[in-house]
Amino acid sequence: MKPSSLPTDLAAVQEEIRGYARAYGLDFFETVFEVLDHEKMNSVAAYAGYPTRYPHWRFGMEYEHLSKSYAYGLHRIYEMVINNDPCYAYLLESNGPTDQKMVMAHVYAHCDFFKNNLFFARTNRKMMDQMANHATRVRRTIERHGLEEVERFIDACLSIEDLIDPFAAFPEGTETHRAEPEEPRTVRKMRSKDYMQSYINPPEFLEEQRRRLEEDATRARRFPETPVRDVMRFLYDNAPLESWERDVLAIIREEASYFTPQRQTKIMNEGWATYWHSRIMTERALRADEVIDYADHHSGTVSSSPGRLNPYKVGVELYRDIEDRWNRGRFGAEFDRCEDRAEREAWDRHLGLGREKIFEVRRLYNDVTFIDTFLSEDFCRRHQLFTFAWDGRRDAWAIKTREFAEVKRALLFQLTNFGRPFIHVTDANWRNRGELYLTHRHEGVDLRLDYARETLRAIQVIWHRPVNLETLVEAKPRVISFDGNDFSESDGKAEPGVAVGSAHA
Amino acid sequence: MSLRIETDLTRFRQIVRGHIRRELRKFMSKGELIGRQGGNVVSIPLPQIEIPRFEYTQRQTTGVGQGEGEPGTVIAPGDEDGEGAAGNGPGEHVLEVDVALSDLAEILGEELQLPRIRPKGHKNIVSTKNHYTGISRTGPESLRHFKRTYRQALRRQISSGSYNPDRPLVVPIREDRRYRTWRPVERPETSAVIIYMMDVSGSMGDEQKETVRICSFWIDAWLRTNYKGLESRYVIHDAEARQVDQDAFYSTRESGGTVISSAYRLCHDLVTREFPPDAWNIYLFHFSDGDNWSQGDTEECMEILRRDLLPACNLFCYGQVESPYGAGQFITDLQEAFSSDERVVTSPIENKDAIFGAIRDFLGRGR
Repeated sequence: MKPSSLPTDLAAVQEEIRGYARAYGLDFFETVFEVLDHEKMNSVAAYAGYPTRYPHWRFGMEYEHLSKSYAYGLHRIYEMVINNDPCYAYLLESNGPTDQKMVMAHVYAHCDFFKNNLFFARTNRKMMDQMANHATRVRRTIERHGLEEVERFIDACLSIEDLIDPFAAFPEGTETHRAEPEEPRTVRKMRSKDYMQSYINPPEFLEEQRRRLEEDATRARRFPETPVRDVMRFLYDNAPLESWERDVLAIIREEASYFTPQRQTKIMNEGWATYWHSRIMTERALRADEVIDYADHHSGTVSSSPGRLNPYKVGVELYRDIEDRWNRGRFGAEFDRCEDRAEREAWDRHLGLGREKIFEVRRLYNDVTFIDTFLSEDFCRRHQLFTFAWDGRRDAWAIKTREFAEVKRALLFQLTNFGRPFIHVTDANWRNRGELYLTHRHEGVDLRLDYARETLRAIQVIWHRPVNLETLVEAKPRVISFDGNDFSESDGKAEPGVAVGSAHA
Repeated sequence: MSLRIETDLTRFRQIVRGHIRRELRKFMSKGELIGRQGGNVVSIPLPQIEIPRFEYTQRQTTGVGQGEGEPGTVIAPGDEDGEGAAGNGPGEHVLEVDVALSDLAEILGEELQLPRIRPKGHKNIVSTKNHYTGISRTGPESLRHFKRTYRQALRRQISSGSYNPDRPLVVPIREDRRYRTWRPVERPETSAVIIYMMDVSGSMGDEQKETVRICSFWIDAWLRTNYKGLESRYVIHDAEARQVDQDAFYSTRESGGTVISSAYRLCHDLVTREFPPDAWNIYLFHFSDGDNWSQGDTEECMEILRRDLLPACNLFCYGQVESPYGAGQFITDLQEAFSSDERVVTSPIENKDAIFGAIRDFLGRGR
C-alpha cells in the first residue's frame, strides 16, 4: 500500500489532528489513512479490515450483507482501523469534512489503544503481511487439493474458532499436557507415636489417601490429564491430520487469536476512541460552522436503544466517570464507607488524578475487568441500566430488573468468554475407543442444540473418530454424540468424565 | 481488492444455489417465496448457511439494556421462529439472499430436468430493432456524441500544443466529430401467453388456492425464462366464468356450482380476440377439484377442447387439487378422451408436496 494517498486537504487535516492527539499524550503507531468509496469500504469490512485475506465464501456473504444494508440505508461504515504497525485506517469517501476530522481523531485513539493496551501486547504487528502469507498458503493448498475439500475443512475449523484460550491467546500459549516429576506413590502417614497411631492416622484417613492416589494414577493415564480449554490447540497437537490440514488449522487459530484482544476490549476500545474524539473536537479542532455536523454525528455514535447496550456510550461514560472520581478522590475505603448521600455527592479531595488514571486503565484492563472494577451503583442508576429477559407470558423480551448486582452480573456474563459457552476437552480416548469427549460447563444457560450438533459434526471432520458432548438440557445431563454418520443422544454420565472445575479461567 | 471480493461473492452465490437446489422441493411446497418477489429477484431466506458454533439458547440469556421503563416493560417483541432477535450482539439474522428469478427458473429446470421449450413454428416472424453499438467519424448531426467530440478536440489541442489551461477554450473541428452508430438486430418474435383458469366454486378452499398459487408461480418463472414478453391472463369460474386480474384470481371465493365449459368458452373467446394462434404460443392451465356440474357439460368441455382450444395452444394442463368434497371425476374423463394427445397433460395435486411432481408433469414435455 502506498504511504499515503490522501488528497492534500485531508492530509492537512490529518497533520492537525495528529498534532492535537500527540499533545494530549496519546501514543500511537504511525497511521496510514486511505480513502475508500462505499463499495471498497464494504469489501474491506467484509474481510475485517484486511484486503488480503484467504479466499472464503463467508467474506462474500458478509459483503453481500453489508452492501445490501448500505443500499437500504441501514448502516454506514465511517472508518475502520486495523491493529498493525503502521496502523492502517480507512475513511469513507462520502464523509463530510467535519466527519473526517472527527473520524481521524477517533482513529488515533484506537491506534493508541492498540499500541498500549496490555492484551494487545503480543499480537503480531505485521499482521497485514501475515494475512497475505496466509492467503498465499491457503491458495496454494486449494490449487493442490481442490476447492471443495479445502473449503470443507476451513468451514470445520471456523466452527471452533471460539474454542481457544483467550488468555493464552498467543501461538506458544498453554501446553496441552505437561510432564510432572515422578513422586513416590505411597500413602503418607502423619508422624505420631505408636500409641497415638489410630487417632492421628485413623483407617478412614489412610483409606482416603489411598483412594486419592489411585485417582491421581487414573488421571495420569487419562488423556488429557486435565480438561483443556484450547480445543483448537488440542486438535492441532493431537488430531490425525494431513499436513495441509494442520497448516489450515494453524492459520485459522492464529487469525482467531489475533482478533481475540479486540473482542475482549470492545467497550474499552470504542469508549476510549469516543472519549478522545469528543475531547479533541470540542476542545481543539472544531470550528464554529462545524458544530451542528459534529453534534449530529456524535449523537448518532453514542445513541442507545433499549434493546442493546451501545459499547461506545457505556465505554465513554465509564471513562468520564473514572476521570471524575479520581479527580475528586471518590474512591477508596474512606469514600466507600461514607453513607451520607449529600456528603458523597459533594465529595471532593482535589486530587486531580483523573487523567493519569484513565491512561492507566486503558493500559491494564479488558472489558471484563473494566466493568467489574468500575461499574458502580451510582453509574448504573445514572445511566438507567437494566437487564432484560425473555418473558414467556408476554411472548416478548421484557425488562427484568434494575438491581445493580443483577445488571453487573448479566453484563459480566455477556462479556466472559465473549458470551460463549465454555467447552473443554475432557477425554480424548473415551471408552478406550479414541472418541473425543467434550464437556460443556453449564452456567445456567442451555446450549442451542441445533448449532451444537452441527458444530460436533465439524469437530468430527477434524478428529475423524466419533465426538461426544456432555451438557445439560433443561437441567438433565445429556451426552450428544456424532459418529460421522448419525447423531445419537443418551443420558449423561454413562461413563464418568472428569468434572470440569468451575474455577474462573 | 475488489477482485478478491468478487471471487468470494461468486463462490457464496454458488453455495446458495446449491442450497436452493437441495431444498427446492421444500421451497416448492411452501408459499413463502412468492411474497418475496420484487421485480426480477426473489429474496430467499436461508438460515442454515451460517457457520455453526457452540452458542447459548437465546431465550435463556439475560441481556443488558439502557433507558426508561419499569420491570416488566416490553422492549422487543418476539418473532415467529422462536429464536429471538433482541439481545446481545448481532442476534440471529436469517440471511436473505437475492436470487434472480431467471436463476431460480434455471435451477428448477435443471432439477426437474425440464427440456427447453421449442416455440411453435413461426420462426419466420422476425422483428428488427436498432441497437446503438459504437462510435464512428461520420453520421447525421442529430447523433453527434458531444462528450466524445469534445474529448477528441481536447486531445488534439493538447497534443498539438494549442491548449492553454489558463484559458481552457476547446473548439472542435470537422475531424473531431464523433457520431453514434447503430446496428439492426434481428430477433425472432416468440411471444407467449399463459391463461390460468381456476374453479372458485364453494368446494375450492384456501388450501387449494394456495396450491394453485404456488404452482402458477413456478410455471410463470419457467416460461418467463423461455420467452421474452410473457403475458398472463386469469379466468375464474363457478357456474359462469369471468376474466379477472391477478389479485382477484387468488382472492375471489364464490359458492356456486361448477360449470367448466363456461371457462373454456371464455378462454376460446379470449384467444380468438387477443391472441391469434399463429403469432402466439398459448399455454392453458386449468385448476379445479374436478367436480363438474353434469356429465353433459363435461361432454361439452371435451368438444370445445378438441375443436377450439387444442388446435390453438401449445399445451393444455389440467391440475386437479384434492378437495374434501366430491369424487373428482373430471380428470378421469380428460384422460380417457385425450390419452394419446400429447398437448394435454393432467396431474393430480393431492397436497402441497405434490406440486413438485405436478410441475414436472406440466413442463416436462418441452412444448
